[in-house]
Amino acid sequence: MTLDRFSGTDRYVATEDLMAAVNAAITLGRPVLIKGEPGTGKTQLAEEVAEALDRPFYEWHIKSTTKAQHGLYEYDAVARLRDSQLGDGRVKDIRNYIVKGRLWEAFESERQPVLLIDEIDKADIEFPNDLLRELDRMEFYVHELKETIQARLRPIVIITSNNEKELPDAFLRRCFFHYIRFPDQETMEQIVEVHYPGLKKTLLAEALRTFFEVREVPGLKKKPSTSELLDWLKLLLAEEIPAEALASDDRRKSLPPMHGALLKNEQDVHLFEQLIFLNRRDAR
Amino acid sequence: MLVRFFYQLRGAGLPVSVTEFLTLLEAMKHGLGGGDVNAFYYLARSTLVKSEAHFDRFDQVFGDYYRGVEKVFGPDSVEVPDEWLRRQAELLLSPEERQRIESLGGFEALMDALKQRLEEQKKRHQGGNRMIGTAGTSPFGAYGFNPEGVRIGQDGSRHRRGAKVWDRREYRNLDDDVQLGTRNIKIALRRLRRFARHGAEEELDLDDTIRSTARQGGLLDIKMVPERHNAIKVLLFLDIGGSMDDHIRLCEEMFSAARSEFKHLEYFYFHNCVYESVWRDNRRRHAARTPTMEVLRTYGRDYKLIFVGDATMSPYEIIYPGGSVEHWNEEPGSVWMQRLLEYYGKAVWLNPEPEQRWDYTPSTGLLRDLLNQRMFPLTIRGLERGMKELM
Repeated sequence: MTLDRFSGTDRYVATEDLMAAVNAAITLGRPVLIKGEPGTGKTQLAEEVAEALDRPFYEWHIKSTTKAQHGLYEYDAVARLRDSQLGDGRVKDIRNYIVKGRLWEAFESERQPVLLIDEIDKADIEFPNDLLRELDRMEFYVHELKETIQARLRPIVIITSNNEKELPDAFLRRCFFHYIRFPDQETMEQIVEVHYPGLKKTLLAEALRTFFEVREVPGLKKKPSTSELLDWLKLLLAEEIPAEALASDDRRKSLPPMHGALLKNEQDVHLFEQLIFLNRRDAR
Repeated sequence: MLVRFFYQLRGAGLPVSVTEFLTLLEAMKHGLGGGDVNAFYYLARSTLVKSEAHFDRFDQVFGDYYRGVEKVFGPDSVEVPDEWLRRQAELLLSPEERQRIESLGGFEALMDALKQRLEEQKKRHQGGNRMIGTAGTSPFGAYGFNPEGVRIGQDGSRHRRGAKVWDRREYRNLDDDVQLGTRNIKIALRRLRRFARHGAEEELDLDDTIRSTARQGGLLDIKMVPERHNAIKVLLFLDIGGSMDDHIRLCEEMFSAARSEFKHLEYFYFHNCVYESVWRDNRRRHAARTPTMEVLRTYGRDYKLIFVGDATMSPYEIIYPGGSVEHWNEEPGSVWMQRLLEYYGKAVWLNPEPEQRWDYTPSTGLLRDLLNQRMFPLTIRGLERGMKELM
């Protein structure tokens, strides 16, 4: 197995600590758990790792009703029952009714795959525990077939969590952990440069200042994150809003242009309107 | 190798296991984290620490350990006469003053300046802002305050500042971040879930299908059941006004979290203690009141009762008729509390005041006794305990 190193891509800025965690996971073949504020690019990371290392990519999105078994396989008993009544020949072989899950698919991959288990905290508290052995040994047993399925090559497993639930200790102990911190101004400039190369310096500077100021406002229900900043910049560019429109004097008296991309909650917009009202009154 | 580091981490209360420690060693065997100390720091952190809330503590231990290693190998270990550093007094600066104190530059610059200063200095020195000693605002010495200071001869970090990657202590605020706050409350409230099947039938009931198919002699008969929902019903009583003004923010968060977590949530306001009537709209609190008896009649025994209030008032407001500060009450608050508590078996009182202060207010003790000790602080831990009590 060749040792691969991930060092970000031309679309994804990886900080030093993120690279350390991801590379440790790749080298030792253990899962890496990524946490962080929503919109800081947790899910995107897996795609970019697959892209950068040129690996097949499998995603498994977790919902509150997802069971660990869904990722392995499902036995479609109802279809088999129906086929048996219709006299279908397929009924004889149970294999026809085993539906492979994402984990199984990844295990069968010819080349070492990247497997994303997205938002693991959405599922039931027992979910991570049910996957312990599967992720540790990279194998599982299929009762219906009396067979053990083993991974040809240990997949690079990237797991994301939004912190909605505490994950069990036994599970955490087997993972590498990385917390994506909200990027500082410098990293943010790099990120924006990667997405919108050659953005006018003045516009970027004004936009970033407005953005960080909005984040600083106390009492916001939902602080805007990186993905919201990128959407907002896209709108600013599309509408050809000049940098002057973002200049400080203007901002105190009105909401930032296209504020809908930054503030996603009517209470937050209301809070801003009140602040602006107070500022205007003070100015008088 | 690194065993001492491992025990230091455990000693600092970080839940580091042997497996994780071995993983770290294995990773190092593969050549990860070699080269410079930053790479090792990142590797060690992602291997040993599994929660961002522990990052800060890890940074501190790492800083201490690293400084120790540096002392062994580094060329310039500074010897400072003990006598100077003996603690005499502590200087407490106001936050404004703290901000005014500026750093001298990076860590290196500080070390250089320290050496120079040592040569200049002849006598023991205390206070002031230039010489080494205690309780001053010079960057050197202990028990004073300078954000980038070098600590000499101080047991623990008082203001918890210093300089380097782990020394930036960027993760300090993670556990009490406001956004995480509402979220934490929601998670705590989520313990109070009891799933029941209600509404449209949309899930396949495999067992029943097999049973009824067999009964029909093999003819497939599909049976469906409704999906499961959280069926908990909650009756929330919120204390409003007066001393509760200090806790508005916390209560708002609690309220908004509760609203999104429970489908069946009914809420009423009261002031200090529950009497014969409560209200739903604070602007019309005198015009539109709901008699407490009506609340009892309307909402069944399966509702769980949650009071939110600081329970801080005059004891008369609870135990005497006419004790209310707002109106003449025929019956004392305690009678009304008892009526509610007898009817609704499951009840807790959440108190935004810190638990240590409860003993200083007699009214808190009174209400606590009325509730049979089922009063919990309005913190994440308290909420979790309370929710357990309600289950």
